[in-house]
Amino acid sequence: MELATKSKISWCPGCPNATILVAYRKAITELCAEGKLKIENLVSAAGIGCHGKITDYLNTNTFEALHGRVVSSATGIKVGNRDLEVVAFTGDGDSFSEGFSHLLHAAERNVGISVFLHNNETFALTTGQATFLSPKGFKGPSTPGGDTDEPMNPLLILLAMGATFVARTYALDIEGTKRIMKDAMNHKGFAFVEIIQPCITFFDTREHFKDSVEWLPVDFPRQDLTAAMNKVREVSEKTPVGIFYQIQKPTFEERM
Amino acid sequence: MENQKNSQIIRTIGIGGAAGDGIREAGLHLAEIFNKLGYHSFLSFDYPSVIRGGHNFSRLSVSSEKISGDHSEIDVLIAVNAESVRLHLDELKEDAVVFVEQAYFDEVKDMGKHIIALPMADFTKEQSARPVARTTVGLGALSFVAGLTPEKNHELVSAAFQDYGGDLNGALADKGFKHVEGQNLPKWEEGTREVPRDERMEIIDSNRAIAKGFLAAGLQFYIAYPMTPSTSILHFLAKEALNPERKLKTIQPEDEISAINMAIGVAYSGKKVATGTATGGFALMQEAFSFAGVSESPLVVVVSQRQGPATGVPTNTSQGDLQFVLHSGHGEFPRIVIAPGDAEEAYLAAGNALNLAWKYQIPAIILVDKQISESSQTAILDAAKIVSGSAKPWTHEGKYERYQLAEDGISPLASPGTENAVVKLTSYEHDEFGIATDDPEMVKKMMDKRFKKSETLALELSQYDMIKVSGDLSSDTALLFWGSSKGAVLEAAKQLKKPVKLVQILWMEPFDSAHASEALAGMSKIISIEGNHNGQLSALLREKTGIDTHHKILRYDSKPFDPSELASKINALL
Repeated sequence: MELATKSKISWCPGCPNATILVAYRKAITELCAEGKLKIENLVSAAGIGCHGKITDYLNTNTFEALHGRVVSSATGIKVGNRDLEVVAFTGDGDSFSEGFSHLLHAAERNVGISVFLHNNETFALTTGQATFLSPKGFKGPSTPGGDTDEPMNPLLILLAMGATFVARTYALDIEGTKRIMKDAMNHKGFAFVEIIQPCITFFDTREHFKDSVEWLPVDFPRQDLTAAMNKVREVSEKTPVGIFYQIQKPTFEERM
Repeated sequence: MENQKNSQIIRTIGIGGAAGDGIREAGLHLAEIFNKLGYHSFLSFDYPSVIRGGHNFSRLSVSSEKISGDHSEIDVLIAVNAESVRLHLDELKEDAVVFVEQAYFDEVKDMGKHIIALPMADFTKEQSARPVARTTVGLGALSFVAGLTPEKNHELVSAAFQDYGGDLNGALADKGFKHVEGQNLPKWEEGTREVPRDERMEIIDSNRAIAKGFLAAGLQFYIAYPMTPSTSILHFLAKEALNPERKLKTIQPEDEISAINMAIGVAYSGKKVATGTATGGFALMQEAFSFAGVSESPLVVVVSQRQGPATGVPTNTSQGDLQFVLHSGHGEFPRIVIAPGDAEEAYLAAGNALNLAWKYQIPAIILVDKQISESSQTAILDAAKIVSGSAKPWTHEGKYERYQLAEDGISPLASPGTENAVVKLTSYEHDEFGIATDDPEMVKKMMDKRFKKSETLALELSQYDMIKVSGDLSSDTALLFWGSSKGAVLEAAKQLKKPVKLVQILWMEPFDSAHASEALAGMSKIISIEGNHNGQLSALLREKTGIDTHHKILRYDSKPFDPSELASKINALL
């Protein structure tokens, strides 16, 4: 199965977007081999930003949406044909600044799509401005004195909105990311995965995350919303990754 | 010359009350009664943007011959309160009869010649009916003035209200009839009798006609956020979707931006979809409308105008957004814009837009406004007149390319889920496979490809009536109009001092320049009639044909044209 296109990769050399792409291709390959996915039924959608270039590098059905609107379009694709496996790639600028409400409403509706957030904590494609997920004090060309806002906690918001699968992973952990992607795609309902993706040009956090990423224990109570909320809110040296929450609920397309 | 008779008898009935009094429903039932008799109707509904209180007014003009708009001169007024009498005193004809609720009679009794107290509330209470049924008593009184027999009155009212308590309403109408029967009232001298009737005749507003046109063309999804005056399309289709045989789904998402982006996703999945909104909501959809253009998505948008700018006058009408929709969406891309002028045209516009959007893979707009979106009229909806059209299928040979450079500009269309086809759709400019490109040669090829489609479309359309010409074809004077103004213009034409040519532009994009020139070149007088400030159709005509209009009659106070008022303005120019 050839999953690459003729398109030349234009991410910065060494950009963790490329490891996300590798993890995704592996996830697709394995899901197809396991008989859980027919390649013609996969739609890989994306918004606008560095993450969005992924559609050009995938020899699958792709849908390159408008900035901030990928979740709405992905919802349309899923309700239009429930047999499709719809993945929506997005960025922190793409779904937490522009188009934020679409993400919240899709989570609340429990649309059967997987949303993979490339969280690089900056607008990279427009040269490094602060997003609503950038840390307080973030210095970019539009915040030369440092961003004065506290960042949002994406997982806490998605849990509050009723997402039925909430996970986090680290882009440079290809195997771990692949595993989480597969679990998200196998989940029936709205799956949200935050992928920590250091921006090596404008906000290089590789050094920080190298040692701080810590997988959740295998016995983490995944069906306990309070435990999940507490865990994603925890302030510590370590950044927990893994599946925080997963429950089953009727999906939007089923209820229609 | 069919539209230019001076001898036609037209009667107008007004029903007034407060919001919540069921004024709209009373008008609709009355229109159904006249429909049963074989009469033609036009019913407008005037209301402020409030849920309870505020003056609501239904105005129904009827005739045994074709009628295209309602008139302001009232023959019979049914008033549930005193305000309804005061507000419409100036519109009463010389021999008009006013039936006013008994309780308010003293307040208004000296205001006119035939103001009659009608104990609508008391009769309703006696019958243990709900207060909204008061107007039915008025309908019974009207039947007497109109010259119906008491038996016919009972039969027609009972039948019209069969889903809302036919016997009860029949009894209320009897009471109204008997109460005024003995009084010395001027009755309609021509009387009211059954006339030969096409059994397909129905009373319908253009929003419902659009919804029905969509269904006739196989609509599978309607996705919309509520906004007056487009909302009733969503309401109607949401109810239709409850019927599993329809295979129709409706979604009300979080905002208009989501609605249109979701709709583009649905179209990509291979399902027929439409969205609808008012012009303010369409303003929010601009980027996505452009996305539909570049991604060649078959998407239909109903845009119903209300008076702007901004929030404007939410429940009043306007024709102020023609140039806006013609230029909507950034960048240049082909589109369809149809501006129907009545319910029959709205029905066909919806069916045609949906089928042609798929055939040509382009976005299409149906441009209407409050006046026809919410006015009901007699119409015959004929599915056989809808232009057929479907997507060019993929042959399953070789590599699938979503944006293949075909000679006619139309690439084969496959949907995700098709074996061996990789379907790539994108908001970026792209190559044939669907990968983003900034190669100038490919950018130009794709621009040319998309505009090639509009040439192909224009060629197909030239066999249909993109422009409608009627009236006196030999006249050297023409009235030029579009959209909802059609009704008032056709009615006004019945009152003109000399016969004129009537030219209605139905298709705004593609524009039929050849036929417009043929109809208008060399005319010694072209009078354009539009519900906007700038004469937007005149500007379009000049852009497309170089022809100037000589006079403009423009109304931009958020109200529709009134036929008699319009006729005197036209007569002053003839």
